[in-house]
Amino acid sequence: MPGATGALLLDWARRADEGSFSSLGVLDRVAYDSYEPFTALAGAAGVTSRIRLATMIAIGPLRSTALLAKQAASVHGLSGGRLTLGLAVGARTEDFDAAGVEHKGRGKRLGEQLAYIRGNVDADRVGPSRDGIEILVGGMSGPAYARMARYADGYAHNGGPPRAFANAAGRALAAWSDLGRPGKPKLWGQGYFAFREPDRGNAYLLDYYAFTGPFAEKIAAGNLTSARAVKDFIRGYEEAGCDELVLFPAVADADELSRLEEALA
Amino acid sequence: MKVEIVGGGPAGLYLAILLRKADRGVDVRVLERNPPDATFGFGVVFSEETLGALRDADPETHLEITDTFARWNRIDIRFGGRELSSRGHSFSAIARKRLLEILQARCRELGAELEFGVEVEELPDADLVVGADGANGLIRSLREFGTKVRAEGSKYVWFGTDHVFDAFTFAFRETEHGLFNAHAYPYDERMSTFIVECPEGVWRRAGLDEMNEDESLAFCEQLFANELRGRELFANRSVWLDFPKVTNETWHDGKVVLLGDAAHTAHFSIGSGTKLAMEDSIALASALARRKWDVEKALVDYELDREPLVERTQQAASDSAAYFQRIASFAHLEPIQFTFNLLTRSGRITHATLGVRDPQFTRALDSWLGGRGVSPPPAFSPFELRGVRFDNRFGLAESAVAVTVEGRKTADEPTIAEWQRPEGRVLLRLAHAGRRGATRPRSEGVDLPLTDGWPLISASSIPYGPFSMKPEELSGEGMEQVRAAFVAATARTAELGVDVLELDMAHGYLLASFLSPLSNRRADEFGADPLRFPLSVLDAVRAEWEGPLSVRLSVTDWHPRGMDLGDGVAIARVLREHGCDLIHVEAGQTIHDDRPQYRRGFLTALSDRVRNEARISTIVGGYLTTLDEANTIIGAGRADLVLLDLPEPQIESPVQLSNTVLLSEVRS
Repeated sequence: MPGATGALLLDWARRADEGSFSSLGVLDRVAYDSYEPFTALAGAAGVTSRIRLATMIAIGPLRSTALLAKQAASVHGLSGGRLTLGLAVGARTEDFDAAGVEHKGRGKRLGEQLAYIRGNVDADRVGPSRDGIEILVGGMSGPAYARMARYADGYAHNGGPPRAFANAAGRALAAWSDLGRPGKPKLWGQGYFAFREPDRGNAYLLDYYAFTGPFAEKIAAGNLTSARAVKDFIRGYEEAGCDELVLFPAVADADELSRLEEALA
Repeated sequence: MKVEIVGGGPAGLYLAILLRKADRGVDVRVLERNPPDATFGFGVVFSEETLGALRDADPETHLEITDTFARWNRIDIRFGGRELSSRGHSFSAIARKRLLEILQARCRELGAELEFGVEVEELPDADLVVGADGANGLIRSLREFGTKVRAEGSKYVWFGTDHVFDAFTFAFRETEHGLFNAHAYPYDERMSTFIVECPEGVWRRAGLDEMNEDESLAFCEQLFANELRGRELFANRSVWLDFPKVTNETWHDGKVVLLGDAAHTAHFSIGSGTKLAMEDSIALASALARRKWDVEKALVDYELDREPLVERTQQAASDSAAYFQRIASFAHLEPIQFTFNLLTRSGRITHATLGVRDPQFTRALDSWLGGRGVSPPPAFSPFELRGVRFDNRFGLAESAVAVTVEGRKTADEPTIAEWQRPEGRVLLRLAHAGRRGATRPRSEGVDLPLTDGWPLISASSIPYGPFSMKPEELSGEGMEQVRAAFVAATARTAELGVDVLELDMAHGYLLASFLSPLSNRRADEFGADPLRFPLSVLDAVRAEWEGPLSVRLSVTDWHPRGMDLGDGVAIARVLREHGCDLIHVEAGQTIHDDRPQYRRGFLTALSDRVRNEARISTIVGGYLTTLDEANTIIGAGRADLVLLDLPEPQIESPVQLSNTVLLSEVRS
């Protein structure tokens, strides 16, 4: 987010790894003041040893298929096999414009990318090894759930109150069952928090999600600004069957991580 | 603080009341285009739950409203010369006119300003502008709300009658033009609402499109003379309408907010319009109070608070509207099943919840299905198909084999020679994977081609998905071989003690690839008649197999250029004529990039249509995770057998023992 230095990012990663957290997540956006997700995770890989590194999510179709596979496999290799690769089609046309990539046909391209990565297509030419990359797919459309169930290990939800997650989880489980996959998909959720300066956090969310029009206000209203709100949120997600919940900071302040840990203690 | 409310219906007036109650410092004005005593429509319905909310929000009006209420707890269904009743449904209704009088009087008492006969053409200047101006509201068009309005359900018309019904009554009347139905309920001690409804085709055939108001009133009066007990119908702008389903992407923009029907409508057949509108008012007033008149924050809260409930109600209302549109296809059901189907049409009542409200009814349904005075619930009722008896509706073990080695999906899929029979009643599916063959195990993913696969065949030479191998178009000789393989597998099946034999014509496998125009591009007779080859396989298998024969069928391609459900129903009819006993209802996967619609029980509505329109038994899955869903589906006649995805019950967790003392330590 704007104002986050590279040092802050790495400090955040280090502290998360030393703390009690299980995963470190990054977002993806081109036309914004933010770090590229695979580069950020590569940096994090160097200063962490334990924590999972997750794109939550990366916009697959912005990248060429082979390059996407190579970036993911590189982070996976650099981190000693700790990558969770969350992919989706993205929602902002500006990102596609900035990257010079056609917005139309993005769903189909993501399907091909997933088939390429999961199917180990070209693996003899395009290394390093993709073996063991955990794949998540996000999105709320029917085809998105189908792509998830066809190629991924789990589902990456895009945020909202627990009941929205529960609804999406039901759809993900239905798709999983329809595609005849054994077991159950991993269900990942996400939320935003800002303890010390909630208004600054809200302003960031309104700006970051301005492209959604009226929905930006609803996303900002969901910003978790107290220990109690975070606990209720986690409880709601747990009840809805969430396996892994990624809480993103809405203000660039490494101490927010300690505040989150205190809230969870 | 100044609030302008456009629209003096229940939502607008109730909001005015609640705002003035909360804060007398707020100037509230209601602008209504009609005179105060003008009223359209007859009665409005409330549930017990809504009444509780009204009592908490304003006890004074609650008292007056409930004073003139008609109350009932019974739903009567008059169908096929019988009348069935279900109890325990607490509802109340009031004359819309009386409701408005009460609310107007309370507004005046609290000092809210009411102006009638005012046409609002531009946004009033105020700190908060409320668009409570109904389904055709104007305020919506003055800002960007992402409004969509589309017609839903059948044609309908509102009347009143002086026959006082003593229950909510659904009446059905068969005519030479088709089936009509009426929704009737009392709303005070002398009047009832009487809504007549029929699908558009029936409406035209009956000539109602060319009748004037008096003629159509006379037509309806005569049609339902029995229900009306010789009493009259009264008109009040009673013209035939299409119900407008209103949705908005957002309900507020800056300081302008939408309320009630202006924001969202719900089909009248679930009677929730006024309830939703007045609950909106309560939610908005309390958000404003909680946010201490920070209007922007309050409007976000209001929308977040109401959205999920409104969305669920609108979904239920649409399901209900669609049900009444297709009512004729249920006319063959036994009255008790017809009634249960009607009660559970919108998904808000299930076998379990009805069992709490009206245990007598579910007991009657259970014993009708179970054949004994006291029977277990529908999922445990027996079922018979071609002389094979099933003890229940969910215990069928599904199993699949490939008819040839080349027809395997994955390298580890069994062929008929390797298959081991599971315990219990068994359905064995014979499949040929076609162009979806030679893939890696599904634990890794689906449709991931093997690097060392084998040649594939399909109706046409089109690969299934990205990186899938290109199949060869199945030749005439190939068809004979495939058919012979199905017949040979069938012959083996007879020796293995299979209960139901199933042919896989779903999900884009070999036989399915002929059915869909998206995968069959053949120029020969098998392209001109897509059913020809699959039917020849069915005929050959039918000749060999005497037991119950099922076909697993994608009844829609879930794609705009593919087969739709209507096509699927038509195919099911043909399959039935060729001796198929059971359709195993599936959808999609005929091509790689279809547009599925996933939710819990996503196949149930499809099965309902196939079963009741093609008149063939069905088996349905689609992520059903509870016995209650199974009971409701079987009870309502939406399928005959169900496949459940039951999660392992988790009622026990290991105890973490702390302070354990090792025996060895005690000894030392």
